[in-house]
Amino acid sequence: MHADTTPSRKAAALAAFAGLDREPGVPKPDPILVVDKVVRRFGGLTAVNVDHVEIQRGSITALIGPNGAGKTTFFNQLTGFDSADEGSWTFNGKQLKGVPAHRVARAGMVRTFQLTKALSKLTVMENMRLGAQNQRGENFFRALIPGSWRGQEDEITERAEELLERFKLDAKRDDFAGSLSGGQRKLLEMARALMVGPELVMLDEPMAGVNPALTQSLLGHVKDLREEGMTVLFVEHDMDMVRDISDWVVVMAQGAVIAEGPPDTIMSDSRVIDAYLGAHHDAPMSAEEFEEQLQEAEAELEAGIEEKA
Amino acid sequence: MDWTTILITTVKASIGLETVVYALAAIGINIQFGYAGLLNFGQAAFLGVAAYGMAVTVATFHLPFWLGIVIGLAATVVLAFLLGIPTLRLRADYLAIVTIAAAEIVRLVFRSVKFSSVFGGSDGRQNFSGDFFAMNPYSPGTYGIGPISFNERVTWVLTVGWVLIAIACGLVYLLMKSPWGRVLKAIREDEDAVRSLGKNVFSYKMQALVLGGVVGCLGGFLFALGQASVQPDLFSTEFTFYAYTIVILGGAARVFSPVVGAAIFWVLLVFVGNTLSEAVSAGLLPSLFTVNNIGAVRFMLVGLGLMLLLIFRPQGIFGDKREIALDAR
Repeated sequence: MHADTTPSRKAAALAAFAGLDREPGVPKPDPILVVDKVVRRFGGLTAVNVDHVEIQRGSITALIGPNGAGKTTFFNQLTGFDSADEGSWTFNGKQLKGVPAHRVARAGMVRTFQLTKALSKLTVMENMRLGAQNQRGENFFRALIPGSWRGQEDEITERAEELLERFKLDAKRDDFAGSLSGGQRKLLEMARALMVGPELVMLDEPMAGVNPALTQSLLGHVKDLREEGMTVLFVEHDMDMVRDISDWVVVMAQGAVIAEGPPDTIMSDSRVIDAYLGAHHDAPMSAEEFEEQLQEAEAELEAGIEEKA
Repeated sequence: MDWTTILITTVKASIGLETVVYALAAIGINIQFGYAGLLNFGQAAFLGVAAYGMAVTVATFHLPFWLGIVIGLAATVVLAFLLGIPTLRLRADYLAIVTIAAAEIVRLVFRSVKFSSVFGGSDGRQNFSGDFFAMNPYSPGTYGIGPISFNERVTWVLTVGWVLIAIACGLVYLLMKSPWGRVLKAIREDEDAVRSLGKNVFSYKMQALVLGGVVGCLGGFLFALGQASVQPDLFSTEFTFYAYTIVILGGAARVFSPVVGAAIFWVLLVFVGNTLSEAVSAGLLPSLFTVNNIGAVRFMLVGLGLMLLLIFRPQGIFGDKREIALDAR
């Protein structure tokens, strides 16, 4: 069953992007997230200045860009961890500007962090349980009556166990999260985010600090999210990973979205190369420029000869 | 050296009024600091407003005792909101700064000349515990085992105190085993992670601050009733720091640690203090030590003991060594 859905979901995502323009802010057929004119300034520095961007539902979209491009700041704003100075964005048609982070998560847009935030002194299982929503036992007064939340807790535990098994963390169930390795923490954070039951999963550098052996399994898990009908938006530096799993790539530089496109061609886009390596670093010379340079060189040489004479 | 007296006072200290008051204050701090990671350095103020709320209602305005208790509780909750609303959205250290300052403000207002008609200045308030002792079910006499006994008034205060401690421990036990307590512990570890999982962190921190304040304020009531008087300087910042010492001594985030910690702390203080004063009067110590300076020496020795405990058992008495090891990573 798993095998049949895999190609279809990916194919559907790719079909949605077929024939789209490569311009920044190109409209998508079925956007889950629509961002308009979002600006964030830190004093005189404009960290984010995104005019328009849409994220296609059911796809894996990568957000790439050189260091300092404003990717994480942009992420923080969308998820309510930082406030935007201007602009607006909607998730499933719902306005999210100024909405606090916990409400954004409840709406179905759940993020992970660049520096993994495993809750060290809680066990792996407690970390997982924390992710579940609408828990009766999280109300102060109901918490005092164990009978009122036990049943729900058992359901949550069951769901958590399934996820832990899928993420191969079931053996670590009762260990402190702080005792896990860096890669296992990444897995735990992703599994915990899934406990929320998100529609859009935002992964901030999911591969940072993960050893190569775990990379493949993490990649597989990200692909699985799409197969289950979720949308994924992730920030990543590792271009191999971007090429491997993403259906669409959005490129940011100096706070703005400068290009969009499919992963296999995006890196040959001149705007992207300029952003990463600087403008005109390898621009071919035109015939006139060549002539000009040649004449300059000759003139210099002649001047040198004349001086000697 | 009268070892019997030393022994009796020491055993009495383990369940005495100070132990009860500090245990309740420490249970409150354990909820705030041990479980939720909130640095409330103004626990003394929570006990102070409760004690004064009750004492002033009864002694200054001649209103009923139970109304005094209600006003004391209300004052504690209001104080928690006043401190929490501006600071709980900020980083943890701001709460520490604001609470320590607020505690001093509260104490200085209580002892100010300007308000002495209400709060009684540095003499504080007396004559408010009549109704409480009128409820005393114990008939006059002494209660206890052999020499370790208390008169009927102290017995009544201690009975109420230990019942309140039992209720508070039961409450903490139930709460911290529940999903509510799980959110609190998670906030202590990393607020942003909890926020990203759809929990209203501000609301939980506020609940913890209020709950810890209210549990602590019960200690304030008992402090006032047990001494039949309130004075502003009972609620100085060192009160808060002793309560923190007790929490760390017992081991943070353990249900019974504040109670055991309080008992050990007072047993140590009383035992060392009494032994020193007996030794001085028996002429056993060098002339450097006099009756006047052994009070300070007592704190030095207890401090040394606590330092040794934290060096050799950093997790406290009930703590889990594995948890401390995680911090080092």
